Amino acid sequence: MDWNALILFGVPATSLIASAVIFLLAESRHTLRSVFNLVAAVLKLLLVVWIIWGVYQNVDYELRFTIIDGVDFILRADALGMMFVGLSSLLWLFTTIYAIGYLEDAPNRSRFFGFFSLCVASTVGIALAGNLFTFLLFYELLTLSTYPLVVHRGTRESLRAGQVYLYYTLGGGALLLFGVVALHVLVGDTEFVPGGVLSGLDASLHPMLVVIFVMMVVGLGVKAALFPLHAWLPMAMVAPAPVSALLHAVAVVKAGAFGIARVVYDVYGIEFTFSLGLLGPLAVAAAITILYGSFRALAQDDLKKRLAFSTVSQVSYIVLGITLFGPVGTLGGLVHLLHQGLMKITLFFCAGNYAETLGVHKISELDGTGQRMPATSVAFTLGAFGMIGIPPMAGFISKWYLGMGALHANMNWVLAVLILSSLLNAAYFLPILYRIWFRTRNKPWCEEKALGRHETTLWLLVPTLATAGFALIAGLLAGMPFSPLYWADLIVSREYLQ
Amino acid sequence: MSGALAFAWSGVLLFGLGLFGFIMHRHLLRRLLAFNIMGSGSFLVLVGLAQDGRGVDPVPHAMVITGIVVAVASTALALVVFRRWYRASGRTDLPEDT
Amino acid sequence: MIGLWSVPLLFALPLALGILTLLATPAWRPRLSLAGLPLLLAASAAAFLDLALSGPGIYRLGDWPAPLGINLNVDGLSAGMVVMTAVVAALCAAYARSYLRDYPASASFFWPLFWFLWAGMNGIWLAEDIFNLYVGLEVMGLAAVGMVALRATPQALAAAMRYLLAALLGSLAYLLGVALLYGAYGTLSMAGLQHVAADNPTTQVALALIILGLLLKTALFPLHAWLPPAHGGALTPVSALLSALVVKGSFYILLRLWLVLGPEVTPAFTAQLLGVLGAGAVFYGGWMAWRQHLLKQLVAYSTVAQIGYLFLFFPLVTGTGAEAARLAWDGTMMMLVAHALAKAALFLSAGNLILAVGSSQIGHLVGISRFRPLSLFSFGLAGVSLMGLPPSGGFTGKWLLLHSAILSGQWWWLIVLFLGGLLSAAYIFKVFRMSFREGPQIDRSVPPPLTMDVAAMILAASAIVIGLTAHLPLHWLRAGALLGGG
Repeated sequence: MDWNALILFGVPATSLIASAVIFLLAESRHTLRSVFNLVAAVLKLLLVVWIIWGVYQNVDYELRFTIIDGVDFILRADALGMMFVGLSSLLWLFTTIYAIGYLEDAPNRSRFFGFFSLCVASTVGIALAGNLFTFLLFYELLTLSTYPLVVHRGTRESLRAGQVYLYYTLGGGALLLFGVVALHVLVGDTEFVPGGVLSGLDASLHPMLVVIFVMMVVGLGVKAALFPLHAWLPMAMVAPAPVSALLHAVAVVKAGAFGIARVVYDVYGIEFTFSLGLLGPLAVAAAITILYGSFRALAQDDLKKRLAFSTVSQVSYIVLGITLFGPVGTLGGLVHLLHQGLMKITLFFCAGNYAETLGVHKISELDGTGQRMPATSVAFTLGAFGMIGIPPMAGFISKWYLGMGALHANMNWVLAVLILSSLLNAAYFLPILYRIWFRTRNKPWCEEKALGRHETTLWLLVPTLATAGFALIAGLLAGMPFSPLYWADLIVSREYLQ
Repeated sequence: MSGALAFAWSGVLLFGLGLFGFIMHRHLLRRLLAFNIMGSGSFLVLVGLAQDGRGVDPVPHAMVITGIVVAVASTALALVVFRRWYRASGRTDLPEDT
Repeated sequence: MIGLWSVPLLFALPLALGILTLLATPAWRPRLSLAGLPLLLAASAAAFLDLALSGPGIYRLGDWPAPLGINLNVDGLSAGMVVMTAVVAALCAAYARSYLRDYPASASFFWPLFWFLWAGMNGIWLAEDIFNLYVGLEVMGLAAVGMVALRATPQALAAAMRYLLAALLGSLAYLLGVALLYGAYGTLSMAGLQHVAADNPTTQVALALIILGLLLKTALFPLHAWLPPAHGGALTPVSALLSALVVKGSFYILLRLWLVLGPEVTPAFTAQLLGVLGAGAVFYGGWMAWRQHLLKQLVAYSTVAQIGYLFLFFPLVTGTGAEAARLAWDGTMMMLVAHALAKAALFLSAGNLILAVGSSQIGHLVGISRFRPLSLFSFGLAGVSLMGLPPSGGFTGKWLLLHSAILSGQWWWLIVLFLGGLLSAAYIFKVFRMSFREGPQIDRSVPPPLTMDVAAMILAASAIVIGLTAHLPLHWLRAGALLGGG
């Protein structure tokens, strides 16, 4: 085995090994567990940076072995995959730090962190998968490893949410499996190749390909929370805050959106998808989801629920970008994969900080939090501005390119959707900001806890500020090398120059 | 119909009788007897059919002897289980059957 | 062929150990058995190596010619089954040694029966003629009945009695079929039958009797009623052995006979009918498993459901193209092996969970994930394979079956695989759901001996690993395949 394959294998292996060790550690070994967890996360990040540099230099990282005749297990680092890997390993580090603080003295930490690492391992596997089979493998593993996290609290409500989550994801996974097997029967092992592999097929197979596409997109759309397959996502809010953060920003919804990107770009090929007439309906589905999510978010009083519906809406920006035929739209969609992750994780961290420190869960109880927790509130404000798309935040860059892409693709109605949804974003975020900053508290906090010398413990505060900072920098320095935009541009140039 | 075939047909008849008894009776001892009749029936078929037209064939005899050993062992095991069941429950049939 | 000494040892050793343990005092029985395990494992490995090095072949016991002598058939399938049996049985034995300390009265006869069971199974895997298959079937069946009765509670005795009646009826039907075939063709060897068997009423009646008898013994829906009480009610290591291995014995005979005779002499709808019954088993077994309140009953009904998947083999391999048939063969083999490993793991870990909470009710597992994470994890890994989720043997098998179904244009089996997977997820997660629930915070659990957890864990992990490395076992299992002469 050559070194590059070994390094590549190290990326999922770090979290996989971390998970195994954590499961085996006794419940009481808190310090050892935390140290191990953080070391693994840092190690993984270093490996990822190394590989990103290599991919930039066009080094090949590939690992493959045969599972059954005609089906290989392939891990491969390409520009699109590394973008997702970079996001998840960066955010894994911060979420781990956050979770250590958040779950202080909570029960079942061994189980929690074990599945948490497993979840990251499967996310990274999804990103590095070199063919549909490997992708499916990790996609289902992700379902299995997130279920224990969703039901972690063990209350009736969380068990119910877990059940709904399973209904949706297992059903979607089975549909995806059918699509993958059917494609396998038609063309054999479906490796991801920029520009797709299907365009050469006989025209008589095209109706079949359309059916397979629909099956796969529905299967992936469940995790990406496309309307009307989104219902599990707001329910899954009962999970602890770090889980929600991970689910919404990195793991589950992104896996779905990323999968759709893979299918469109690297299996069907964007031009072939376009010629089959599949991009239009997908764009409509994404647009409906964007507006629907925003409208539903307006009506929520529970902070995490509002953020959840906001995710439903925001993830569909990525799908929308994919459907805009042309490099600029693609750029907007892909860069939003990163930007939304940074901004949304910040928002969920903040929501967790409010809940953990002050016991505030509802928007109507947020009055005056700006004075009590200024740093958290600044982070929240940055995230919310990003979501609305106010320059110079990262969200603005995404929306700008999406809008330009829509114009290039002659889909002017998309522009209207973007504007309307930005207005709705503002409508559901600005009242929160108003309460945080401009209302004063006239009754005691729900359950205030004194956590450390600062407004809350540093375990919770540092990751929040860090991710907020990243979201700001990603927007401010979008033109610099190795910014998300720069990397997305690299992917687009490799994707469209085929 | 040759003589050997007559044996085979009686074997089939015995098997059928045994099967009837096996299904109709509830008393476990009777079912066990029915099983033995079925067994004898199939041995008769084995020997009877094989003698037809091919002259003397030793293989079926070897098989029937093995078969009888197996049948004796099964009957013995069944009797042991039946006796323990009778002692434990005081019943001569199986609970779901009544 | 080299080193064929190992093949007769595959019966001689377990039979000798069976008799030895019967003669020994109860205290010596487990010791003798543990000493015998490595010997038999080595013999199984040697038989397998033999196949890998010098290819499939026929071994004549005592060098007597058939039909009076006994021919043993060493090909990929039989060697694979021998190895699978060795792995599962050895781990169950290790588990049983610790488990049976709580059941001193039952323990004394467990070991002799265990060895006879193993001898019977090896007899089935290796037999080349249909009469020795009968003998193997009976040895295995009687030992299995004895093991079910070991617990000696009224329920266990009733279950054993019912099992015995079903097994006897099944083997007599089989024997009558054998008698008819021998009468018609004068040969018992499967290879011989393949050459001479013709499409006539005698063959058809004989095959119908044989198939019916074997279906009853395999507990295919709707002939499954004896299975759940027998498998669910037995001592845990017994349940694992029965569900993982014993039901495979009669299925194995059916599969071999079908490939030799089936497509030529049966009406065209037979294969589809077997598939439909399999589908019925998948649905009914899954549904019943989901409705159970007792953990081991749930696992037992899951066996009823999983047997159904194996029967999709028949429609997918009969009258379809060579490629679809090969995929169906591979898929069924994978399902069979993965189910053996996963089901044994599931029963053993269920036994650990039951020991830990001191109750066999699923409802009493509340909060167990905190106290017995390792047992639950084995249960989960095995469950992953049974649900057919990746990465696991169950998934690879399902993938191959799906592939074969699409390729042969029999899309209706896709629905069976789809709904079957969801149903099994429903009953596996029913257990999980309970274990994640937060209940009273008392650790009621008695830690079971480490051996028991480790045995379950090894089995569960192998069920996962075999899915990732499937091409190797599948390659070996195909050696000397009956399929398409290739």
